[in-house]
Amino acid sequence: MHSDLIDALFVFMLAAFIGFEVIRHVSPLLHTPLMSLTNALDAIAVVGAIVLVGEKKSTFATVLGVIAIIAATSNVVGGFFITDRMLRMFKTSRPAKAQGTKS
Amino acid sequence: MNPEFAGSQYLIEVIYLVASALFILSLKWMSSPATARHGILAGEIGMVLAIGGTLLRHGIVDWKWIIIALVLGSGIGIPLGMVQMTAVPQRTALSHAFGALCVTLVGTAEFYLRSPDVPKFMMSVLSMEVILGGLTFTGSLMAAGKLQEVLPQRPITYKGQNLVNFLLFTVAVGSAVYLVLHPGAKELFPLVVGISLVIGVLLVIPIGGADMPTVISLLNSYAGLSAAAMGFVLNSKLLIIAGALDGSSGFILSVIMSKAMNRSFTNVLFGAFGQVQTSAAAGQEAKPVRSATPEEAAAILGAANKVVVVPGYGMAVAQAQHKVRELYDLLTKKGVDVRFAIHPVAGRMPGHMNVLLAEADIPYDRLIEMDEINGDFPQTDVALIIGANDVTNPAARTDQSSPIFGMPILDVDKAHTVMVIKRSMSPGFAGIDNPLYYLDQTLMLFGDAKQFVGGIVKELGGH
Repeated sequence: MHSDLIDALFVFMLAAFIGFEVIRHVSPLLHTPLMSLTNALDAIAVVGAIVLVGEKKSTFATVLGVIAIIAATSNVVGGFFITDRMLRMFKTSRPAKAQGTKS
Repeated sequence: MNPEFAGSQYLIEVIYLVASALFILSLKWMSSPATARHGILAGEIGMVLAIGGTLLRHGIVDWKWIIIALVLGSGIGIPLGMVQMTAVPQRTALSHAFGALCVTLVGTAEFYLRSPDVPKFMMSVLSMEVILGGLTFTGSLMAAGKLQEVLPQRPITYKGQNLVNFLLFTVAVGSAVYLVLHPGAKELFPLVVGISLVIGVLLVIPIGGADMPTVISLLNSYAGLSAAAMGFVLNSKLLIIAGALDGSSGFILSVIMSKAMNRSFTNVLFGAFGQVQTSAAAGQEAKPVRSATPEEAAAILGAANKVVVVPGYGMAVAQAQHKVRELYDLLTKKGVDVRFAIHPVAGRMPGHMNVLLAEADIPYDRLIEMDEINGDFPQTDVALIIGANDVTNPAARTDQSSPIFGMPILDVDKAHTVMVIKRSMSPGFAGIDNPLYYLDQTLMLFGDAKQFVGGIVKELGGH
């Protein structure tokens, strides 16, 4: 248990640093799709809810779990969907002469 | 670990490992528009793997409700993915609320399943999970309501607001500490959750529409941190990683937004933003301004070499972006160099203006960030401001008494000619007078943004 906790803290710290480094390099152009994407990824919390419902430990837990799965799944589906819609809109003017782009 | 199940257990962990790597790649590919759509694919594959892997777990005995819930959730998700681009901020706030709801509910269920047998560390992270989740849930609902304008957009303030919030927060944390020491005290748990829900409402009540980009980013960060806390409770490294990525993303965006609004980060962290200052609006004499017609504006734009358009949220409200695209096309055809200057807080969430312009088919390499374009204004013939106000106010640079003093602005006043499309001379969202309008090189174009730009387009296109 104790080493689990330390492991978990290490994972958290490393992931936070990776997050900072990766997201610092995201162009401000894409900050809105970035947020809807992280939202969809964050809905991975659905796995916790799935386990809760699947293990069927109490009616109370199952009811809460079902609502949780619905909420998180709507984020997964809606989040990826709208991020894709947004990114399809971004077009460049002249592919040959990409002046002004930072990418 | 039961050796009988060890095989599938390892398989599931490996699947989670792959999913985590895909999530990180997904965000990495978001760094540029050229690779961003690979990022979505990576995220989707990671998500499918993670959910599929979870269904392999041996403890899962009941499939019926999982499948029903997954189907219902997808049914809600599809319309939420189809909203208009102007409605993306409220959709995002709503999805923060859903994410936080999921985390709070799972945390609550876990507590009642485990109590009174909850180790101290687990109870601490569980409390953090439900407190952050609870306040993010109601706070995001409030933000979505304000953005959708079903709730009043005006900040609601009362005396002792910060004190009330602080006391409530203290009670919530105090109860949580008691629960850590006495995890059997089941009756305290609803209090912790309930107070967190109330705090969420109270935190967002005093915030006005102009501060929404910061608030949404901050709630994004809280939603991520609550998911990471859930990962600690369930000992799921996948969840910790996803939560940490989301948390740091929201944190970075909050910092960027608070800098662009000239608010200190501690100010933002404690939710003490959004205080309305309406001092400067009073006592202004009616000063003379110069105005122009669409015909005159078209003539000036047609004769220019370099034009910079400064769009604000008002442009989106007036649904003028498609007319602006027509203007862009006509001027570009005439050989005029047209670019768009994007202030970090233009719109109602980070990057919102870029999406609105991209939707109107304006190429993204013409959208230039503030820091990059500010040096170009002295060589710009015409700065055309559409629906933006405070982000162009030179008082932010010069007038120490101005409430927005120190806020980074677009230096449009350095352009040879400034044209401002505006309904009337009434001050903007923050209620601050804009000295830009009284400069010698400024022309006021009074009217509705869509109609006015339409008028210019008609003149230039000759039809």
